[in-house]
Amino acid sequence: MAYMHIGKDFVPPDVAGKVTGRIKYAEDYSREGMVYARLLTSPIPHARVVSIDASAALAMDGVFGILTADDVYPDGEPGGTGLKILTNEPTLVGEPILALAAVDEKTAESAIAAISVTFERLPFVLDPLDSLAEGGPDAYTGGNTFVFREGFASEKWSRDQVASFRAGAEPTAEPQQQFAYGDLEAAFAQSAFVYEGSFTTAGYPHMSMEPRSAMAYWENGKLYLHGTSQSLTGLAVDMAGIVGVPQEDFVFINEATGGGFGQRARAGSIPSMAIPAKLSQKINRPVMMRISREEEFTIGGARQGFQGWLKCGFKADGTMAALDIYIISDNGGKGGGGDAFAAADCISILYQTEAMRFRGTAIGSNTGHRGAQRGPGQNQIAPIIAPILDKAAAELGIDRLAIRLLNTPQNGDVGGPQRQPLTSAYMPEALQQGAALFNYQERITRSRQRNGSKVTGIGVGQGYHNAGRSGMDGIVRLMPDGRLAVHNGVGNLGTYSYASTSRAAAEVLQMPWERVDVITGRTDRNLPVTSPQDGSNSIFTNTRTNWGAAQDLLAKMKEIAAMDLGGAPADYTVGGERIYKISDSSTGMTFAQIAQRGLQLGGKFTGEAEVPEDLNDFTKLSVSRLAGSALMGIFHDSRHNNNPPGFTVTFTEIELDTETGKYDIVDMVTIGECGTVMHPQGLKNQLVGGAVWGIGLSGYERHLYDPQNGLPASTGYWQSKVPTILDTPAKIRTGWVDLPDPENPVGARGIGEPAMGAVSAALTAAISDALDGHLFNASPITADMILNHLAGVTSEAVPLAQNNFRG
Amino acid sequence: MNPKLTRRRFIKGVIASGAAATSTTIWYAANGADRPAGYVERLIRINVNGQVRSVDVAPQETLASTLRYKLGLTGTKLGCNRGECGACTVLVNDIPSYACSVLTHSVKAARIETVEGLESPNGDLHPVQQAFVEELSPQCGYCTPGQIMAAVGLLRANPNPTREEARQGLAGNICRCGSYDSYLDGVMRAAQIG
Ligand code: FES
Ligand code: FES
Repeated sequence: MAYMHIGKDFVPPDVAGKVTGRIKYAEDYSREGMVYARLLTSPIPHARVVSIDASAALAMDGVFGILTADDVYPDGEPGGTGLKILTNEPTLVGEPILALAAVDEKTAESAIAAISVTFERLPFVLDPLDSLAEGGPDAYTGGNTFVFREGFASEKWSRDQVASFRAGAEPTAEPQQQFAYGDLEAAFAQSAFVYEGSFTTAGYPHMSMEPRSAMAYWENGKLYLHGTSQSLTGLAVDMAGIVGVPQEDFVFINEATGGGFGQRARAGSIPSMAIPAKLSQKINRPVMMRISREEEFTIGGARQGFQGWLKCGFKADGTMAALDIYIISDNGGKGGGGDAFAAADCISILYQTEAMRFRGTAIGSNTGHRGAQRGPGQNQIAPIIAPILDKAAAELGIDRLAIRLLNTPQNGDVGGPQRQPLTSAYMPEALQQGAALFNYQERITRSRQRNGSKVTGIGVGQGYHNAGRSGMDGIVRLMPDGRLAVHNGVGNLGTYSYASTSRAAAEVLQMPWERVDVITGRTDRNLPVTSPQDGSNSIFTNTRTNWGAAQDLLAKMKEIAAMDLGGAPADYTVGGERIYKISDSSTGMTFAQIAQRGLQLGGKFTGEAEVPEDLNDFTKLSVSRLAGSALMGIFHDSRHNNNPPGFTVTFTEIELDTETGKYDIVDMVTIGECGTVMHPQGLKNQLVGGAVWGIGLSGYERHLYDPQNGLPASTGYWQSKVPTILDTPAKIRTGWVDLPDPENPVGARGIGEPAMGAVSAALTAAISDALDGHLFNASPITADMILNHLAGVTSEAVPLAQNNFRG
Repeated sequence: MNPKLTRRRFIKGVIASGAAATSTTIWYAANGADRPAGYVERLIRINVNGQVRSVDVAPQETLASTLRYKLGLTGTKLGCNRGECGACTVLVNDIPSYACSVLTHSVKAARIETVEGLESPNGDLHPVQQAFVEELSPQCGYCTPGQIMAAVGLLRANPNPTREEARQGLAGNICRCGSYDSYLDGVMRAAQIG
């Protein structure tokens, strides 16, 4: 289909601000009379605050006040796990206990040093399996796990059960969660090759580049909060609730966000923004709370680590017949995360496993709080499964690409425990396209070739994440000057989807992009509610809402044209910023004229009547504030059918140095399968950015805690190794399938998360290939692990350590 | 109070420097007694983006703090404030330097350039900025000013780098969004625009 905007590059409105330094992040604002908050955080991993004596601090010059958990939770802290604004019962080192405001940060730091806090130490644990063992410490006061709707519980296995799991055997204890489909026993019986083993994946921090600083002030009863978010309205609505201010009195200002990666999608994952808001309310001054890198590490969230066991059966033709998987996931200090379930669901979809059983239990540890991180679950399991698939291919005498083509999802396939249909799936096309670009048939002949100490490894990987939601709202306005305003509640975290999804509205009206204003950045610009911008959903979700709102606007324009110029609405179309009769293009009105006519008519044309009843509350508020200002299109999206997937495929060649354990990525080709391409440059950025994350997952990233005291040992970029430009290839080659999805008006689906999984899978497969098929069953696979293997220092069973070095 | 730094002279200096008059600077000005014993000249002049700016600088103050919080040049970002990420990169005498790890007092005699100083007086973007727009190099944009200053420094020293040389030139700048490939495309395009 020939589009005016869809599939074309454009300059998003915020890029100029990013290259000139003019765009403002939360910490770049200041306000007359602004004072500075610093945090007193827990120095121990699990404790209870017995008393706080701040008298000396409060008597110091330049100190304005403190805020404690008792201030923010006068009726007691919320039960259950989850991050709190402040707490009297920290469950990880670095959790905020109180905040103090002073004239400057130096004074605030000095005053905090003068506060005396008496803690009662409580037992702590760093490895979920240590907690699971009978008699082991629990991370939380009520137990080591939190069961939805039931509360805290203490999950215990016998010490023998834990020891046998650590030694690589199938866990025998009852799981908290499970699903199954198909006849597992029969599927294993039909299998010509069965692999069984344990695996681990490491937890590691998000480490967004912008620390989660925030600034707040109150004016005329309204709270203005400059913060950081990947969701804007999707987060602001709940943040108003956390602060305890009515939605109509809350203005969230967030023009740009320095990275999110899942941890700034929802208010519950960033309640620290409520600290300056509450403190400002208490001391009646604007409060800036700058967050340091160390604080960003401790309150900024982490990926769940896995300790697991799996058994996987393949038929003689290579079909993945059976998978039995059991995962203990690390819930960290504050609970949260459904990664294990998502991992199993991913295998079911990505490899179309015929019969499957998933069992999972989530156990807390007094380490970084866990929550969604780019492809939560799907991306941990991708690098574990890929080398196993290659082992099966080798055992069964099948080519590695062929075994993937055999098992890969395609149109009409179903997946997951509900056996839900995919909205569309063009994975065979993606694999073929990637193979051609990579020149796979020639490249695979180089597999395991040696050149001195270097050996070549070839890897193929696939990634999946569900990539779309629905049920959200859209607002567009045709202004009296004929410009189109697209109100977009999507956050600006660097995907440019706030702009690219707005182009769906421009497409409907055939509006030149330079005549479109994307209205976003702060909630008092009257934005519609969108879904939290996680789960790779923005492209799918908000092309639906913007397309729908523009269609509503177009219908109103046609109705007015027919009313004034004769004929029926269906007789009219748009183009060249005019609405005109299809049969006689001279009969028509300019967009400015019809917008002005709409304003004269008022009522439903301007949002003053017949507003869709099913709009979300915040959208209703925005519409009521905009009513009467322009000719408006308003839309509430109904639910879509089935599961819209985002898929990726990666081919890579590495050169592994057997003397250093390091490897160079010689070539990398990564292909996106995300329906119709909305914005090629944006898609390329997601593919290369996801690739860098995949390189980190498979090779470098893990956080570490000191086992004796529970102190984080990796709070900086240097210790929590984020890939640098030198860890990544000089060029990552990208491509896309670009075939439309039927559940989206322009055919688009999301891509951000799967972009990472395929790369991490291809890399662990390539490492395994370079080492004659050795399976580490772990991520990351670090240079020391490779060297240990080459030196024969290896054990068949993975030690299953979490939050510290293996073994 | 520092005899050379009367309250009046200090405020004049701040106004002359165009800084936002934050509560911090006013409080310092009004509380000279808080200054460390042992005299250090605090009202210094530094050359930023071709302009000499007078600014009140504490002895231990970093260049990033001075630029951001005294001179209002918030384009220079702080990602780690400890020399690990490069978000704060500025040019000191054409050399890319981490402003979080440079004391302002140590660059009194230097030429400092920040991202705000790159546009031409008529508002045209610098070739590196223009190339980064055309290649859509930034994602979240938080590391972008640092990447740009590193790239400008590289291209001044080596106007026609190979891709590998450009990669080495940007090696001190982390991008958590992983936009390295797009930044490299931007640097190579900037070298062409020149
Ligand atoms: S802020 Fe200076 S290197 Fe990170
Ligand atoms: S663009 Fe986000 S950190 Fe580089």
